[in-house]
Amino acid sequence: MLFGERWDWPLGGWRSTFEEFDRIRREMDLLAHRLMGAPLLRGTAGVFPLMNITEDTDNFYVRAELPGIKAKDLEISVTGNALTLSGERKIPEAAQNVKYHRREREAGQFSRAVTLPAPIEGDKVEASFANGVLTIVLPKAEVAKPKQITVKTS
Amino acid sequence: MTDMESKALQAKEKMQAAVPAEQTKPGPVFTPAVDIYETETDIMVLADMPGVTADGLLIDLRENVLTFSGEVTPPEKSGETDVLREYQTGRYYRQFSLSEVIDQGRIEAELKDGVLQLKLPKVEEAKPRRIQVKAA
Repeated sequence: MLFGERWDWPLGGWRSTFEEFDRIRREMDLLAHRLMGAPLLRGTAGVFPLMNITEDTDNFYVRAELPGIKAKDLEISVTGNALTLSGERKIPEAAQNVKYHRREREAGQFSRAVTLPAPIEGDKVEASFANGVLTIVLPKAEVAKPKQITVKTS
Repeated sequence: MTDMESKALQAKEKMQAAVPAEQTKPGPVFTPAVDIYETETDIMVLADMPGVTADGLLIDLRENVLTFSGEVTPPEKSGETDVLREYQTGRYYRQFSLSEVIDQGRIEAELKDGVLQLKLPKVEEAKPRRIQVKAA
């Protein structure tokens, strides 16, 4: 008998002994998530909204998913290298005499500040909001852009 | 319920969905947060699906099972490298089985600011009719 494998009778075919445990673990994970709410990934600040920050040679891009928030309820400000995002999500109240079957969306205030790893030009920051996704483009200051250095050979 | 607006919002990781069939396109699939409420005349479904446009949205209702899914294209362009990644982007998928019979011809769907609003009007109940008996 090969370690970890067994001939599966009557279904036929080789199956790993651990496959059943994998399946049970996956289903328990799913059950735990449903009951407790998903725990956050390590490496997040644990503050709403979750952000993705990316960069290329000229800019930083900060994206956050903010569904159902109006642009007028958002405040974005830049101080030095730090970007502050705050606002409020409001959920319109339904009329009276409605029966809720499920209520999973949340409303409330949020405020979050992140410091970018390089100096940025505060005057040229642009923010756009489409389909519930906020995108902020922060141009890097000249000192932060990479510069090629040529090597002189004698 | 009315002072929910003054609470601070909690950050939550997106829940991955258990999709019934294998997907043709690879990538994570998430369950959108949904509010469902019922008035006398219709059922309203509100789903948070940020990043989905009207082209990528699919709504299906057959045999009292409502399925909606939304495609999301990753917004990052190719030259960008990650500095901080706290959430993933991927399709949204959710399925519900409805207890009421829905008038399919009058379903209204609206997608605004990443929130899908579905209005499912209930079929009007047949009004009772008195039947006259003709005397022979």
